[in-house]
Amino acid sequence: MDFVGAWSPVNIQFLLSGFLITLKVALVSIVASFTISVVIGTVRYAQVPVFGKLCAVIVETVRNLPLLLIIFFTYFALPEIGIKLDKFTAAVIALVIFESAMISEIVRGGLNGVEKGLTEAGRSSGLTSVQTLKHIVLPIALRRMVPPLVSQFISLLKDTSLAVVIALPELMNHVQIINGHNINYVIPTFLFAAFLYFTINYLLSIVSRKLENKHT
Amino acid sequence: MLIQFSVLTEHLDRYLIGLGGTVAASVVSLLASFVLGAMIAVLCITPVKPLQWVGTAYVEFFRNIPLILIAFFVLVGVPLLTGTVLVPFISGLTALTVYTSAFIAEAIRAGIQSVPQGQMEAARSSGLTYLQAMRYVILPQAVRLVIPPLGNQFLNLVKNSSIFTVLSASDLMYQADLINSDTFDTFSTYIFAALFYLILTIPLSFGIRYLERRFPRVKGVEA
Repeated sequence: MDFVGAWSPVNIQFLLSGFLITLKVALVSIVASFTISVVIGTVRYAQVPVFGKLCAVIVETVRNLPLLLIIFFTYFALPEIGIKLDKFTAAVIALVIFESAMISEIVRGGLNGVEKGLTEAGRSSGLTSVQTLKHIVLPIALRRMVPPLVSQFISLLKDTSLAVVIALPELMNHVQIINGHNINYVIPTFLFAAFLYFTINYLLSIVSRKLENKHT
Repeated sequence: MLIQFSVLTEHLDRYLIGLGGTVAASVVSLLASFVLGAMIAVLCITPVKPLQWVGTAYVEFFRNIPLILIAFFVLVGVPLLTGTVLVPFISGLTALTVYTSAFIAEAIRAGIQSVPQGQMEAARSSGLTYLQAMRYVILPQAVRLVIPPLGNQFLNLVKNSSIFTVLSASDLMYQADLINSDTFDTFSTYIFAALFYLILTIPLSFGIRYLERRFPRVKGVEA
């Protein structure tokens, strides 16, 4: 084991540059999947004819597949039907497809948890059902959803590491590259990567716990 | 035709071997994670502070790092440290168990701690020892709260066991990769692999939903 060599400035910088890609993939995926989830969750909550059922079938299918399979699929299988994506886009699309399904369930659960009386009150004070949803139900539901959402974002951040199978140059990929150079670097490099993942996710989970105590 | 059914009919045996691998991996890991998770949960709730720290550190550390990092560590790091190379399937089981036991420990801990404190006090005052109180009063109530999250962990295990393929251990995903390198029909190969996963996971999801209705959800117990 060679901690000094493994944690040389060049290596640390290389690992951090990978971590930056990890964060970038995670951030883009979080924003995109959250937006899509609010739409899907609302469509299912409001039981929009046809679309509600359609969303339910898609969500149930995607949720029950391994993310790894979806990543393989977007990167290796889609080119066969003429959709060629670069690694970054393929990874993001796979993550967004998978996480949208997971997060939309949280959104739907949050909406269902809002007391029916509030909807009735909104409607009787003259708001349309869309207005009631937008100004009363969604804001309350979103606030209560924060803790499970943050847990899901932590999962997402960890799941970006699966993109190592398509050699996206994120943290895990850079770990593999350094480990390939020198066998004495393996353990220290793993430890440093674990430290990076742990720090960011643990911070997020602390934030989530704080918010949970505040809202309940 | 976009999907070639010949991929399925000609390689059905491999898909089934893979399916068996996935089921075996998930079931064995679930049992092992439950045992390990229960032990860690006990550490987390003991009154002895240092043991508590060990338990909590285990849970927080492994819950917050990616499974694939653990898998690579078991694959490359463990042989370096111990000098023994594990069979790929055992490496996979180890990684899955270490990872999942952290989540199960957390679910069990939350389940036990959601039983009101007064129950333990009442049991102790009626003359039961700490262990008897745990065995006859606390645990029977906690178990009901732990069952739905355990179901969820099993579903996650079925999906997470797909990382076996990066360890070259035989599961559904690994067999799909082999079929793919024979047929070069990536699209069909993975579509059928997805179908086999759904055969396992869809009934499981419905089962979990039933359990969640049957046993009430507790605040603080993560799904």
